[in-house]
Amino acid sequence: MSLHLSHDLGVWVAALLTLCIFSFLYKDNPFYKFAEHLFVGVSAGYYIILNFWTVVVPNLWVPLVRSFDQPGGPLRASLGDYRIWLVVPGALGLLLFTRLFGRIGWLSRWSLAVIIGVYAGLKTTGFAQGDFVAQVQASLQPLWTGNFWTSFNSILFMIGLITSLLFFFFSREHKGALGVASRVGIVFLMISFGAGYGYTVMSRVSLLIGRFQFLLEDWLGHH
Amino acid sequence: MSLVQRLETFDRRWIFLVVGLLVLLPLIWPVPLPITVSPRVQKFYDAIEALPEGSTVLLACDYDPGAKPELVPMTRSVLRHLFARHCKAIITCLWNGGPGLVDQTVREVGREQGKAYGVDYVDLGYKAGYEAVMVLMGQSIPNTFPTDQSGGITTSYPIMRGIRNYSSFPILISISAGYPGTKEYVQQVEGRFHIKIIAGVTAVSAPEFYAYLQSGQLQGLLGGMAGAAEYEKLRGESGAATRGMVPQSFAHVFIALCILAGNAVQWLKRKEKRA
Amino acid sequence: MKREIPLMATAVIGIFMILSFFVPHQLVSVPADFLQTSAVIVVAFGYVLGGANALRINFDAIYKRREGWPYKIVLVAGLLTMVTVGAIEGRGFQGEHTRFTWIYNSVYSPMQSTMFALLAFYIASAAFRAFRIRTLEAGLLAVAALIVMIGRVPIGDWLTHALPYSYRLSSIQEWIMDNPQNSAKRAILIGAALGVMATGLRVILGLERSYLSGED
Repeated sequence: MSLHLSHDLGVWVAALLTLCIFSFLYKDNPFYKFAEHLFVGVSAGYYIILNFWTVVVPNLWVPLVRSFDQPGGPLRASLGDYRIWLVVPGALGLLLFTRLFGRIGWLSRWSLAVIIGVYAGLKTTGFAQGDFVAQVQASLQPLWTGNFWTSFNSILFMIGLITSLLFFFFSREHKGALGVASRVGIVFLMISFGAGYGYTVMSRVSLLIGRFQFLLEDWLGHH
Repeated sequence: MSLVQRLETFDRRWIFLVVGLLVLLPLIWPVPLPITVSPRVQKFYDAIEALPEGSTVLLACDYDPGAKPELVPMTRSVLRHLFARHCKAIITCLWNGGPGLVDQTVREVGREQGKAYGVDYVDLGYKAGYEAVMVLMGQSIPNTFPTDQSGGITTSYPIMRGIRNYSSFPILISISAGYPGTKEYVQQVEGRFHIKIIAGVTAVSAPEFYAYLQSGQLQGLLGGMAGAAEYEKLRGESGAATRGMVPQSFAHVFIALCILAGNAVQWLKRKEKRA
Repeated sequence: MKREIPLMATAVIGIFMILSFFVPHQLVSVPADFLQTSAVIVVAFGYVLGGANALRINFDAIYKRREGWPYKIVLVAGLLTMVTVGAIEGRGFQGEHTRFTWIYNSVYSPMQSTMFALLAFYIASAAFRAFRIRTLEAGLLAVAALIVMIGRVPIGDWLTHALPYSYRLSSIQEWIMDNPQNSAKRAILIGAALGVMATGLRVILGLERSYLSGED
């Protein structure tokens, strides 16, 4: 095992902060607390600057200012050119800050109304098309395909789908035929949750592998 | 104190130590283990192989450093694959923690492959707004991203000539760690704009996308570090994901043993109580 | 009017967004575009507000010498440093060799990765201490988890390489993911979609008003 320590100050800072956070595994300590608070502060500052320079300036300020440069002024814009109207979301964005001041905080509801309206509309149609119509359509497959195993899988799939859906039907007590169906549905759901757990374990372990790869390869120079 | 009581109450930091060693030691002393390519990874690979040479592709990298070990190897391999087929890539990021990481990854591969920024690839950077950005891109990508990651004017780059919206691309490659990401692209973009989508996702979200793969809403899927390793194998690469498979294997076996051992201890405890 | 105007705005905008999915005409698509752009801008302001709020709360904690206040100084210093550096750097703040990028690569990125990496230790500890198989259903969950965990990684194939291909752990794992797992996941997707559609309509129609919480 050959080691070639990095000469990059950034890598050393990253490695030391990584070890500060790992120290929490032993117990809570001032090094961890320092790193945690530094992370929160840097994150908050990062989000402010990122959203200012990547959205507020190029998508609001610049188009708004440029709309005044066109011949005839901003109100002579053609259909489809709504740049002058960007004053409205600009004002709504500023109104969000009224939440910090108790008495006029209700003004921020207007901004929230725009966000909620847009995303409620987008999500309703998105889920309807992508998760409902398309999924139901894809479920309507032939049960008998000519091959025993693919037919077995299709039938098993259909049983699993219907019984799992019936499990979530709570308008009637799960007794009789519905009770039997929902118990079969639980079997499929438990298999699904178990598979999900297995994949979750894989994901979490991968994250640890990544950090150790950084410490070994980038910091200690082991290859 | 009986053995069962000692096992029930022993310090969990011993488990932490074992996990740490099982991950660390195979990274220092690698053990070769064969990797088998799964059908969905093969489909992902084939989808890029089927691209006409010289196409421009939209590569949506929606992740942050929290998903780095799983998704950065995928991003690297995808870019190398695209460049090997003389394809160009337009990169976007909708996660506010991610643009710096994505840009660093993309530029590293670009330099390694001798590709020119702005000609062979461009990083349009980050935009707030989740699904609204995805739908806006369906109208106009240059209007949605007027500047790129480093503040340059988007339309000034040669690669952006003729790029309007999703219809300008034969495929959308979504590498994502959660919301917003692949699921939202399938819901908002595949349904509205009918573009072919292939995806690389974290393992924790991968099971959900099997349904989209089966329905044809996705044409290929890489799931987690294992998916990235299989893709590296198809590409003939031996990257970070491949190196991570042995520690992953050992850690999984240990966690499986922990589940069995924990339940064995409980069974012994119940047996002791009855006795 | 403090609640009625926002409710009306939500209803009109929501209905318009749903309409824009079906109607491609300019008279609908251009205002829809504008509304989406507005949402993007307001969300960005929201992130700036979040940062400003963090500053306000922590300044208050330092001033009132609340518990852990020295660490809050570190937090505020980190926040102000990032904002100052980013403001000075200007539009090119995310360039390859800027100070902002250096802080991102050396402080933000490694710490975020490491915070998530801690989960690997906890999931192992929880597997021993909390994963209890007391019922048949829990047993099914455990069996599926074990097969998927071992079958998805190379050691699964290595352990069962003597068996025919279809009986290896990786093949069994693939079959579980493609069939029983997939059917249940699809049922959850369909059920969740119905729930989201119902909730979306409730929000648009003003029946769900929790986002307006607060004093009038």
